[in-house]
Parts: sequence; structure tokens; C-alpha cells
Amino acid sequence: MKSKTASYPYLIWTTLFIVVPMAMVVFFAFTDQSGAFTLQNLSTVGRYSNVFVRSIWLGAIATAISLVLGYPLAYTIAQGTERRQNVMIMLVMLPMWMNFLLRTYAWMTLLEDNGLLNNALAAIGLGRIHMINTQGAVVLGMIYNYIPYMILPIYSVLTKIDQSIIEAAQDLGADQKRVFLRVVFPMSIPGVISGITMVFVPAVSTFIISKMLGGGGNLLIGDLIDMQFLGSAYNPNLGSAISLVLMVLILICMGIMNQFDDGENEKGGLMI
Amino acid sequence: MPQGDAQMEKNEIISLKDIAVSFDGEPVLKKLNLNIRDGEFVTLLGPSGCGKTTTLRIIGGFVKPDSGDVFFGGKKITGLPPHKREVNTIFQKYALFPHLDVYENVAFGMRIHKKSEAQIRETVKNMLAMVSLSDFAHRNVNQLSGGQQQRVAIARALANDPKVLLLDEPLGALDLKLRKDMQVELKKIQQRTGITFVFVTHDQEEALSMSDTVVVMDQGKIQQIGTPQDIYNEPRNAFVADFIGESNILDGVMQEDYVAEFAGKKFRCLDKGFAPMEPVDVVIRPEDIDVTSPEKGDISGRVVSVNFKGVHYEIIVDVDGFKWMIQSTDYQQVGAQIGMTLTPDDIHIMKKSAYSGKFGDYSSFSDEMEGVLNQPVETEAAK
Repeated sequence: MKSKTASYPYLIWTTLFIVVPMAMVVFFAFTDQSGAFTLQNLSTVGRYSNVFVRSIWLGAIATAISLVLGYPLAYTIAQGTERRQNVMIMLVMLPMWMNFLLRTYAWMTLLEDNGLLNNALAAIGLGRIHMINTQGAVVLGMIYNYIPYMILPIYSVLTKIDQSIIEAAQDLGADQKRVFLRVVFPMSIPGVISGITMVFVPAVSTFIISKMLGGGGNLLIGDLIDMQFLGSAYNPNLGSAISLVLMVLILICMGIMNQFDDGENEKGGLMI
Repeated sequence: MPQGDAQMEKNEIISLKDIAVSFDGEPVLKKLNLNIRDGEFVTLLGPSGCGKTTTLRIIGGFVKPDSGDVFFGGKKITGLPPHKREVNTIFQKYALFPHLDVYENVAFGMRIHKKSEAQIRETVKNMLAMVSLSDFAHRNVNQLSGGQQQRVAIARALANDPKVLLLDEPLGALDLKLRKDMQVELKKIQQRTGITFVFVTHDQEEALSMSDTVVVMDQGKIQQIGTPQDIYNEPRNAFVADFIGESNILDGVMQEDYVAEFAGKKFRCLDKGFAPMEPVDVVIRPEDIDVTSPEKGDISGRVVSVNFKGVHYEIIVDVDGFKWMIQSTDYQQVGAQIGMTLTPDDIHIMKKSAYSGKFGDYSSFSDEMEGVLNQPVETEAAK
């Protein structure tokens, strides 16, 4: 009884700020400016399929690279003494204490044609490389901003693996490589799935990163939605329809991901 | 004669030579020497912190000794990593792989060693049958009870066909009934397979009932090695006498061969080879003492407490201030004056050691005494 009462504020909050807005998005997506039912918005979304493909593609690359970079780091951190682990985790989180915009602006100045990196390259005689306003810069921005969300859940699952389970694997004849491939990695999959979810979802729907590091040429879904509500192409109905499609796509992706985790009621904890 | 000198035997499979280990400057094992014969059931027995688990982990390869060497079948394996040793371990908390089902847990070692699928299927089937888990092959290990997890751990270790099986307090987490059953089962498995078992426990009863050889350890040293009978009947020092079963340990003097003096009297005993008038520790097991009338007894005293233990009564008797424990099936009145008689083979003589004077008188055990002193009052009132 008590616990139910305690959840009321949250329930009210959820209803007011999550359920109602979502219902509004659905409503707008299926109506025109006058409020009449229409499927026009959804069919218009099809015209932007290239933007969807680009968003998902760049998001997937950023997620994959984050995993490849983040997993070894999480693994290394989890091996350390408790003191070392705490310091390392703080270092991973440190950039997140800085404002998101500021961090991305910093990359702008670093990557510019006359930016710090290019000046450095020129100084050592390697010549300048065009970096800003490319897809690479967008992916870099995504990785930089979201990789902590990959590292943390993997780290947290890895630290929970009992040392005696690893010893049991060694005892049964597994060398370091096999211990990792057959025990540590399979046991860390719930963390990997959380990490993928937590990087992929914000990466797919970002608009600031693509705007600042991708220039005008690398429009992402986020930018498209942004334009419908705040930009020149004001059309909240179309914006809602795009959001709705994006949401459905993400849910499908996550559903596929969770398939890999099925049958293992592990404690790693999914977060969607 | 304590028969601990099996050292020279030819068929020894594991041999520890002068092993010393310390953790954070704290010595855990001090110059430990131990030889284990092939096919033996050896138990390392001792209180927590005595170094028994560390000894096991040294054999398994999980702890590197600071000095000394480990030999396996005559070959030095001191620096060999665990995965290259022909021993398998059953861990205290089983350490099953939670991401694999029962079948795959048991198959793990064979998959690592690249055995054929047919052979894996055959062995897993046999192993699961041996631990009576044939119907559980495709269960998730998290859904099994403690006893079942334990059996999976046994099957998993034995599926690897080890020469030596190391068991680190494997029954510690089971309830008493299950524990007894598993003791019998483990002993059977050991006899059937002929694999050398090195079993770590702090439970003396478990050690006595299962082992061929018991190694009693304390403070990083081996106190005594012998058969369960040796250890019980001929404890080498006061620590062993006290740790294995209940004992009355008294100060005594060997007058001459076969004559010991203690509790103010001279007794005939079976021990010889001590210096004349050498001070010794005398051990008398509580169940060996016969109760008689005060006049007929060798020693007489007043009953201080009586505690019913099921099979017998535990009677504490005050003899001139020294508290004796007697285990007898006959009830005695608290406050009664009784006599006690001893025959020569009830009396065990030990050389004085660092443990002398630390054990023996039942009034010196505050916690033990609280237990025995509090209950009899109620027994009395109920009568």
C-alpha cells in the first residue's frame, strides 16, 4: 500500500510529460494542419528514406566503434584494484561533466581546416586534411559524446563476474584467451547490449552533432525533425510523423538486440 | 606410534617441499612439507586461517609459493599455470558457469580439450548419471538447489578425468542431512574412480569419516598426519587432541615406562620412551571414562552439570578444581559425588608442546562452559 502511494508523483509525472506528449505526437502524425485525419504525413516520410538510412548507418558505425574501443577499456578497468577502478571510472565520466554543446564546439575548432589539428599536421609537414563537415567528423562526435554509456554498463557487468568462475575455467584447462572467449565475454553480453542500446539510440536521433560537425550536407533524422518544428520548413505534423517512424525503427532494432539476450536471465540489466 | 612417515613411499603423486607463503607480510604457510599418495583420500583439516585452503590453491596453481616447490608425479610444477595442471578443483561456492546449462557446464573442460562431440556426449551422460542428475542436462544452473549445483560441480570436474581432485570445503553450504549424504556419495565416487582426493574441511567429523589420511593443520604448519584412527587415538599434541573430538587434557609426569602420574595418582599406561620424570600432557577421551561409586573409583569428584546430547549425557565433574568431561549413557544427579576409573588404554601420553596448557580443563572454555552450564539447570528443574 505504502509503496503504491509513494509512486503517485512519478505516475503523475509520467502521465503528464511522457504519455500525453507521446499521444500528441501520434495525433499530430495522423492529422493535417486543420486537424483532419490523414496518412499524407507518413507517406511524405518515405521521401526522406535516404536521411533515415544515413542516420542509422552513421549511428551503427559509431556504436560499433564505441563497442570496439569501449569493451577493452571496460575490461582493463575491471581488472584493476578497487582504487584504480574508481579513478579510471571517474576519468571516463569526466568529459560528461562538461556541457554537451561546449564539448562539440571544442571538436569544431579542433577539426576545422584551419583548426588545431590541421595546423599541427601542417607544422610537421604532413599537409592539411579536410575533416570538418564530413561523415567521419559526425561519427567522431557521436563516439566522443556517447562512449561512456558503452563503457559503464560493460564495466559494471564485468566487475560482477565472480573470480572463482574465472578460476574454474582455468582449472578446467582454459588459457587466458579461452577464459575470455568462453566465459568472460558470454557473461558480459547483457552489459554489451545495454551499452549498444545506450549509444545507438541517442546517436541515431542526434541533431546537434551533425549540425556542428557535419555541416549542411550530412542531414540526419534529428536535423529533419528539428527543421519541422523550429526551422524554415515549419510542419509539426510531418515532424511528428518522422518522430513516430524513428521511434518504431528504434523499437524494432532494440527488439532484435534483445533476442541475443534471451534465455539468459542475467542481472546485467537492460536499459530502454 | 603416529604413523606419519609415508614420505618415502614410491607412488606419491603430489609432493610439497618446504612451501612458504605469506599474504601482506603475514605468514600463511611456514615450511610446509606434504606428500600425497596416488589414489588416497586425503583431508586437510584445521580451523579457519590455518592455511589449508592456501595449501589446496598451491596444488591447483592459483597461489604461487614464496619459496619451496610443488611436484606432481615427480615432476616440478611450481610455476605451471592452473590450466596446464592435471588436477581439477571443486570450489567452495561451486563456481558454475551461469551462462551455460548443466550439460555445457559438464562439457566445458572437454570442449577446451577439443574432444569429439560423440565422446563429449558419452562422458557427460555418464557423469550426470553418476551424480544422479541425468534428467537435468538442459536445466539452467541457476534453477538448481545447492545440492544439485554441488553435483554439477563434481561432474564437471570429473569429466576432465583429473589425476587429482581438489575439494575446497565443498559441503560447507549444505544443510546437515544433505551434507551427510554427500559425504557418503563423495567417498563412493572416490573409491569407484580411484582418483586421488584432496579434501579441505574444518569439520573434524567429516574428516574422520571420509579420509584415508588426515592432515591436521594449525597456524600454517602441519600438526599431525595419520589415519583417522591414529589422529583420534594418538594425538601428537594438545592442539590435535582438542581439535579432534572432545578431550580432557591434564598435566602429568612420566614416572617410568608405562607409568604416568596425573591428578595426584599413578596410572598404568601403554606409553614408553620418555625420560624419567618427564613432564607430559595426558589425554583422556570423555567416552573412555567409566563411572563408578566414589570408593571404587581411581579419582572421585562432584557432578557440576549434566547435559543431554541424544546418544549420551555430557557430564562435567569437578575433581579438586579441574573440570573433567565424561560422556556416558547413564544419567547422574547434579551435585552427586561419583568415582571414575581408567584402564591403561584410555590414557594417551603426549610430549609437551607449544599448545600445552591451552586446552583441557572444561572450566577454561568460557563459551563451551556457558553452553553446558546453562542447560542442565533447566534439566534439573524439569526433573
